[in-house]
Amino acid sequence: MGKKFGLLRYIATVVAGGALLAGCAPQAKTLYQWEGYQPQVYQYFNGEAKEAQVEALEADLQKIKATNRAAPPGYHAHLGMLYGSLGKDDQMVQQFQTEKALFPESTAYMDFLLSNAHKGIKQ
Amino acid sequence: MNPRFLSALVALLLVSLLGGCVAPKTVDYAAFKQARPRTILVLPPLNESPDIKATYSLLSQVTFPLAEAGYYVMPVALVDETFQQNGLNTPTDIHNASPAKLKEIFGADAALYITVTQYGTQYRVISSATIVTASAKLVDLKTGTALWTGSATASSEEGNNNGGGGLVGALITAAVKQIINSANDVSHPIAGITSQRLLSAGHPAGLLYGPRSPKYGTD
Repeated sequence: MGKKFGLLRYIATVVAGGALLAGCAPQAKTLYQWEGYQPQVYQYFNGEAKEAQVEALEADLQKIKATNRAAPPGYHAHLGMLYGSLGKDDQMVQQFQTEKALFPESTAYMDFLLSNAHKGIKQ
Repeated sequence: MNPRFLSALVALLLVSLLGGCVAPKTVDYAAFKQARPRTILVLPPLNESPDIKATYSLLSQVTFPLAEAGYYVMPVALVDETFQQNGLNTPTDIHNASPAKLKEIFGADAALYITVTQYGTQYRVISSATIVTASAKLVDLKTGTALWTGSATASSEEGNNNGGGGLVGALITAAVKQIINSANDVSHPIAGITSQRLLSAGHPAGLLYGPRSPKYGTD
């Protein structure tokens, strides 16, 4: 638990630091609302529980929707992968489709993943 | 010595005269501008440091600067899974895959090959420094040609030594202080700063802005 709080505190510091940095350049608004995307990716690589990652990403998605800003590239695809690994294929497909709709540049890769999913080759 | 090279040399000399003592960073963006990549596939970084955490610490923090520069960044964790499922289990295997194969699977315009050369804390008598250094090469997946190369470093000590260090220094100091109180990797926040310095657009010798940035085409 202490470890988790340490990480949260670190994330908060980095976010606050980033806000300070962004503060010195006027009008330097980011293109995307990042929330915890990168820390969640780090959690994924560190093998943390996937259910908790889904929960955190979904909660952040609500914050992003509330401000009407855009989720960063890969956000929905990453969430879809987590759903897939939990056996929730419908939600996986839905997230991959959302990634494709928001970022048409991802079409080739998303279609590749979707065709694999339909063949049942995912993990 | 061919005349073209000679004239380039003379031009360089002239520029260096104009620039005084500061050696100018001359970066040829011609291939980059011609290729106009929209999507970037970041390969898991090669790690030349002794710390095995380097690859995924950096990989988890490359999306921010690249996406804010205006590129679509292939989802890094998902890409890593796809490599594993295709039998490419190490960064070395992945870096050796052919550009054509990468293009076929991911449909990306360009791939980013990163090497971490330093990652970790050097313990010294007076003070210890946590340093992360990395270099990167952006390669056009259609042609296999290099579009851009760069390198960057960040240190936990840069804010302390010169009495100030500005906001970046404050950020590093604060981040490191937080980390000391926890069981986490002290190098990870430093890697985040290295990533931003390495992969942000809009600074000399840096990446050009991508199509999703309002500043696309202005550099």
